[in-house]
Amino acid sequence: MMLNMVQALNQAMHGEMDKDPRVVVLGEDVAVDGGVFRLTEGLLEKFGPERVIDTPLAESTLVGAAIGMAVAGLRPIAEIQFMGFIYLAINQIISHAARLRNRSRGRFTVPLVIRTPYGAGVRALEHHSESTEALFCQIPGLKVVVPSTPYDAKGLLLASIRDDDPVIFLEPTKLYRAGRQEVPDELYEVPLGKAKTVREGEGLTVVAWGAMIPVAQKAAEIVEKDGLFPEIIDLRTLAPLDRKTVLESVKRTGRLMVVHEAPKTCGLGAEIAAFVAEKAIFQLEAPIIRITGQDITVPLAKGEDYYYLSPERVAAGIKKIMES
Amino acid sequence: MIGKFDPLKGERFQVLGENGQANPEWEPKLSGTELQKIYSLMVTTRAADLKALKLQRQGRMGTFAPSLGHEACQVGSAFAIQTKDWVFPYFRDLGTYVTLGLPLKYYFLYWMGNEEGMHIPKDLNIFTISVPVGSHLPHAVGCAMAMKLRKEAAAAIAYFGDGATSEGDFSEALNFAGVFQTPNVFICINNQYAISTPVRRQTAAKTLAQKALAFGFQGIQVDGNDALAMYAATKEALEKARSGGGPTLIEAFTYRMGNHTTSDDASRYRTEAEVGEWARRDPLERFKLYLKDKNLSEGSFEDRVQKEADELITKAVAEAEDTPPPSPGDIFVHTYKEMPPDLAEQLSELRESLKEERK
Repeated sequence: MMLNMVQALNQAMHGEMDKDPRVVVLGEDVAVDGGVFRLTEGLLEKFGPERVIDTPLAESTLVGAAIGMAVAGLRPIAEIQFMGFIYLAINQIISHAARLRNRSRGRFTVPLVIRTPYGAGVRALEHHSESTEALFCQIPGLKVVVPSTPYDAKGLLLASIRDDDPVIFLEPTKLYRAGRQEVPDELYEVPLGKAKTVREGEGLTVVAWGAMIPVAQKAAEIVEKDGLFPEIIDLRTLAPLDRKTVLESVKRTGRLMVVHEAPKTCGLGAEIAAFVAEKAIFQLEAPIIRITGQDITVPLAKGEDYYYLSPERVAAGIKKIMES
Repeated sequence: MIGKFDPLKGERFQVLGENGQANPEWEPKLSGTELQKIYSLMVTTRAADLKALKLQRQGRMGTFAPSLGHEACQVGSAFAIQTKDWVFPYFRDLGTYVTLGLPLKYYFLYWMGNEEGMHIPKDLNIFTISVPVGSHLPHAVGCAMAMKLRKEAAAAIAYFGDGATSEGDFSEALNFAGVFQTPNVFICINNQYAISTPVRRQTAAKTLAQKALAFGFQGIQVDGNDALAMYAATKEALEKARSGGGPTLIEAFTYRMGNHTTSDDASRYRTEAEVGEWARRDPLERFKLYLKDKNLSEGSFEDRVQKEADELITKAVAEAEDTPPPSPGDIFVHTYKEMPPDLAEQLSELRESLKEERK
């Protein structure tokens, strides 16, 4: 069926809740309202209020209770309404979800998925445009996943729910209804920790994820007329990172560009640039480039385009690295 | 008795008076053997606590949080817990472990700095320690929500101190518990101090028990130096929780006789007179008087209990000290279910560098 990302994610939750009675959904406005973006629509009607739970407005305990449920044998999916509100739960995520396996020497595990809309480009209020994925990538014990297509969204969410470790599942708000794609009805997994080459090319490897994938793809189309054919890798899982796929590509193309909408300093691009430099600096034909958001607070609607990366800005970056 | 002692009126539940006399109206129906067991668990707790202090002073154990003075609230309440219940302890819960049957080796091992000490045996539903204050209360609520979903007749008990009641997670978790009517028992050990900060700087409320009322459920203040009162209140709260009656907050009114941790010096913030006043209400002495009154401590009983405790502790310390330190692999292996390639690479780098260091 042709589905957008919202529908694909909704289908994944319906399917897995049907199949596995341990799966529960909890969050603010997820039950009666079906979620502010309608991600959880229809779940309450089908699975009832004990498995689809509207919680009080308290992010820390929403996540903390989900941790308790996970330890007690359930497979909770906790929704944080916007990534800008996840900081209220950060102690639970960092101090407990990520560490309980280690602290208990493997007795207590946290098969928990924390889903949250993330990223800019939708003319939103303050705190509704965050992309602070790198915060979570530095935490041992967490997995961080970002889909860029409806097909991947469904398969990655199913793999995340079935994973025995906690997963921060970041859903690019801009891509929620950006387009439809053929998505199989059945339940399938897209494996975690595996990047995907979404455009084969030569001379340059562009690494991106989430909402920056279509931006990079459009940029690649722009530079085609200049005779440039960059390869594009969609990381899909940010932690643990599929370094192998990135490294093999860069060794072949000789150039690396990382595109992310998060601020530049200590963004995930810094880690990617560093490990490529460590492992393959002598195979590089040009300095590594990062095209990213600036180190500022994401502007409100009127100023958002200064911050948000356009295909043209990425295309200009591609031309620059190819000239050097 | 829950509901009959109004925290807003400052009413506190007590069974054993300071002279060891039980109030017949509330005296729980426990056999002589059970009463002797409670006493022996309290003696073991105190002896293990004092042993730990000695080990710490000798450099054989790291910083830890002594339980001195908490024997009645820990042992008394935990004695009411059944094996199907789940327990979420805080970092000052030696008597709870002793009562629930966690081998003492684990306690010493953990505070000696070995993660294996938190590798709780599978037959015990005891959660690991949460060091960030109060942050385990949401876990207890989530666990209780899972029990309710599965229609299990069991409860989740969380222990925490008076300082924890100022944390956001306390209010959030108790609010969830009230909204979802979860089978929870929240046991607040009010020992009057959070490190140096007295309860009056944590809250303007007269009692901590009354905070439950704002969340829509019952709270009761209990004499925390009275093991029988702690047992009776916890038992009733657990039965209520297991049978669908919802959560309860129990405030155990007690005193921390020792320092906050072995790194603390309590004389900086409290007077000898105050400590002396509480020493007079020692929970073990009170229970000893009660047993004597019931003719349950005749002959060599006292000596036997002390000797058994000492033997148990000597063996546990030896086991803990004989446990080898973790290998590099041990500290990596429980980060994820399967070790990602990055981590495997870092582990082999660590092993290589250790080889170099040892050359």
